[in-house]
Amino acid sequence: MQIPYTKRTLSNGLDVIVHEDHQLPMVAVNLWYHVGSKNERPGRTGFAHLFEHLMFEGSEHHNHGYFPPMQRAGGLVNGSTSTDRTNYWEVVPTGSLELALWMESDRMGYLLPALTEDKFTNQRDVVLNERRQNYENRPYGMAGMALSAAMFAPDHPYHWPTIGAPEDLRAASLADVHAFFKTFYHPANASLALAGDLETDQAFDLAEQFFGDLLPGPVPDPVRVEASLAASANIVLEDRVELPRIYLSWHSPAMFADGDAELDVIADVLAHGKTSRLYKQLVYERRIATDVSAYQHSREIGGVFQMSATAAAGVSLAELEAAIRSAVTQIATDGPTQAEMERALAQSEAQFLYRLQTIGGFGGKSDQLNAYNTYLGDPGYFDRDRQRYVNLTAGGAAAAARRWLQDAPLVALSVVPRGRRELALPGATEVHVS
Amino acid sequence: MSRVDRSRLPVPGPDRPFHFPRIAKRTLPNGLEVRAVTHTAVPIISIVLLVPGGSAADPADRHGLVSITAGLLDEGSRGQSAIEVADRVARMGGDLDLEVGADAVVVALTTLDRSVEPALALVQELVSAPNLLADDFNRIRNLRLERLRQMKDHAGAMAERAFAHAIYGDHPYGHLGLGTTASLTRATVDETRLLHAALFAPEGATLVVVGDRPAGELLDLASAAFADWHATTSTMVVDRAAALASPPAVPLVKLGVVSRPGAAQAELRIGHACAPRATPDYHALLMLNTILGGQFVSRINLNLREDKGYTYGVRTGFDLRRGIGPFVMQTSVGSDVTVPAILEALREIRDIASTRPATDDELSLGFATVSKGYPRGFETATQVARSVAQLALHGLPDSYFEDFIPRLAQVTRDDVSRAAARHLDVDRMTTLIVGDLDKMARSLPDLGLGPHQVLTPEI
Repeated sequence: MQIPYTKRTLSNGLDVIVHEDHQLPMVAVNLWYHVGSKNERPGRTGFAHLFEHLMFEGSEHHNHGYFPPMQRAGGLVNGSTSTDRTNYWEVVPTGSLELALWMESDRMGYLLPALTEDKFTNQRDVVLNERRQNYENRPYGMAGMALSAAMFAPDHPYHWPTIGAPEDLRAASLADVHAFFKTFYHPANASLALAGDLETDQAFDLAEQFFGDLLPGPVPDPVRVEASLAASANIVLEDRVELPRIYLSWHSPAMFADGDAELDVIADVLAHGKTSRLYKQLVYERRIATDVSAYQHSREIGGVFQMSATAAAGVSLAELEAAIRSAVTQIATDGPTQAEMERALAQSEAQFLYRLQTIGGFGGKSDQLNAYNTYLGDPGYFDRDRQRYVNLTAGGAAAAARRWLQDAPLVALSVVPRGRRELALPGATEVHVS
Repeated sequence: MSRVDRSRLPVPGPDRPFHFPRIAKRTLPNGLEVRAVTHTAVPIISIVLLVPGGSAADPADRHGLVSITAGLLDEGSRGQSAIEVADRVARMGGDLDLEVGADAVVVALTTLDRSVEPALALVQELVSAPNLLADDFNRIRNLRLERLRQMKDHAGAMAERAFAHAIYGDHPYGHLGLGTTASLTRATVDETRLLHAALFAPEGATLVVVGDRPAGELLDLASAAFADWHATTSTMVVDRAAALASPPAVPLVKLGVVSRPGAAQAELRIGHACAPRATPDYHALLMLNTILGGQFVSRINLNLREDKGYTYGVRTGFDLRRGIGPFVMQTSVGSDVTVPAILEALREIRDIASTRPATDDELSLGFATVSKGYPRGFETATQVARSVAQLALHGLPDSYFEDFIPRLAQVTRDDVSRAAARHLDVDRMTTLIVGDLDKMARSLPDLGLGPHQVLTPEI
């Protein structure tokens, strides 16, 4: 199983990756900048994400909105920001490939001359709205921030959320924003994937034509910070919720590192779907939880393994916590059963196949080529990624669970209804997230 | 030296033509309509079974019964437990969805090509032989009651619930699929058995199979798997046409507020009952929506987000259904700008139907957006299967996809203005706010919508 591709690097350092797929008369343009919130610093958080907004507000030679020409072309356009990278993409009819490349290259090369104080202020307000809508006004919406803050020291770049702190966003100046752009948004810190109804040679010619004369900047130094917990922590957050929920969070391997795939399977076996151990035990049989979840959230410079369960009416979080920890101990001791391993393998094989269905957008083939290229320098890693799961053993999964979960400190977070601190795990310390 | 002319944007070249899926059809002796489409991209099979009669077919005092019955389909069948059924899905690498819309129940299973036979057999089993046991019913009902409790904290869900009731009242579209605490508490497992027998029948249902095999072979496989599905008798009468009744001519609420003290944002809904999917104005409404609020560059979003910075985003939609579906504008704004945001939104809706009709440029932009992006909706097997199922739900011809763009091209500015005048009536609209009433009560009179009603949606 592969995503066939050709890769070349332009003289200014821009990686270009091309994949042909002529099923639809459409082309996907996908551009990754290797910058995320982990490249920010305390007191100036939220910049990478704020840029994701500003990149749609016009550049020197097209100082209008990014959307109208794209929508006139029938294109779909979006972008997103994580701790590790920012991606921008268009899916356009074949005949509009040059238009998309023109616009992507213009905002890479010529954004700052068009960036005014007005645009900046307006988009900062939009981001503050986004923050209230998607985090503050959503049940359990602040749990992620509370966990990150407890898991990572204040100077670790995963300590703060991608959306940024409101006071940082308000304090940001246009000069800060210019400096951030110059450091991170240039060809030598980017990767361009073109996929779909195009010819490989023609695609490289177009990439050279539109991006070839943009000036590179110095490649930013990789961020390397170790993270660990000296001891377990027990915290509580009050929120506008009806049912208390417990989160358990451990440090875990970074993306593609040893133990990453193993913990993915551990998460599946423990809490993914009705066949998982904890769903069966807590939701289906004992009925003490309304939902359970587990996932290995692997990122570039470190991962987090997170589990959660929401208490059914009248059930204590301590009871849920005990059940979860006992399930962790059991799988760390005995590993997944053969039936669980077969099921996990079947699901993983299907998931890789499903990932070949779309050329563009979040998670489409162009996005995956860029992910492998940005994090590993190898766009062709798709099949080796799949092999990580094919080659997994129950013993290896158990060993990863022992090393990263059973024997390791963790953060326990209780989210409880306002004014109901007594529903938290005993001894929890109150935290506030703004 | 620049190799690019940056003085103007490149003009898009011609688009390669795209041909929409050919649909193979067969009617089985039991009345089931089967559709098959060959889709060659990846060896994946998508199975979609559409049963007409969604939450709008709920008995009047049993809101939520259709949804919980559909939800029980994969909680055990033919003597196997829910866990055993889930294990079969997982082992074929499958992705199973049970969805209850206002007009239909959809069972969708996407899986690998090599599992096509067990997958078809499983879908047939789920709809024809669910266990519907009391213990499973109680378990699922409790989970749903807990979900209802949690919904109180979710501003968007509260808005949706209060808004549907404000514009539809007791009409079948006036309640949401999940039902209420009271109605779910009254429901019994026996009622789910009666409803299942009445609703899940081959006659009237449509099965769509899409995958990388000849369409004839897909039809044969589907026919073999579903030949033994037979209607059963039930003492419960399900009214699949209930939604065709007229909604209230005047909304029950002009300005409603669901109080949410301390809320960080105000969740807004504005709209009214509007038109059925079968309206001859369908294509004109699609263009109208694209111009007014259906996409990023639409009038309302450019105004409220890009010009004013009031919101992260705002959208309008004509949710056209078998019965008269709603027009809805929805957004979430900072509490302090609730009133100006509503005034601007109402002004935009009023203006497009009167003083500022759609321009030629907006019309051509809207047409290009929708028509040029149209093939994108047929990229995956699941997208194709769902599109074909929609044709069945709304009785649209097989040539619908092929005819869509030429038909859209015929829409004129006058058509859009007429559609706006006919289908958007600001004076008849309900404005609903879910937010901190204390923070905004003093400014609400500035809306000019009369006194506000404090709403407590039944949960």
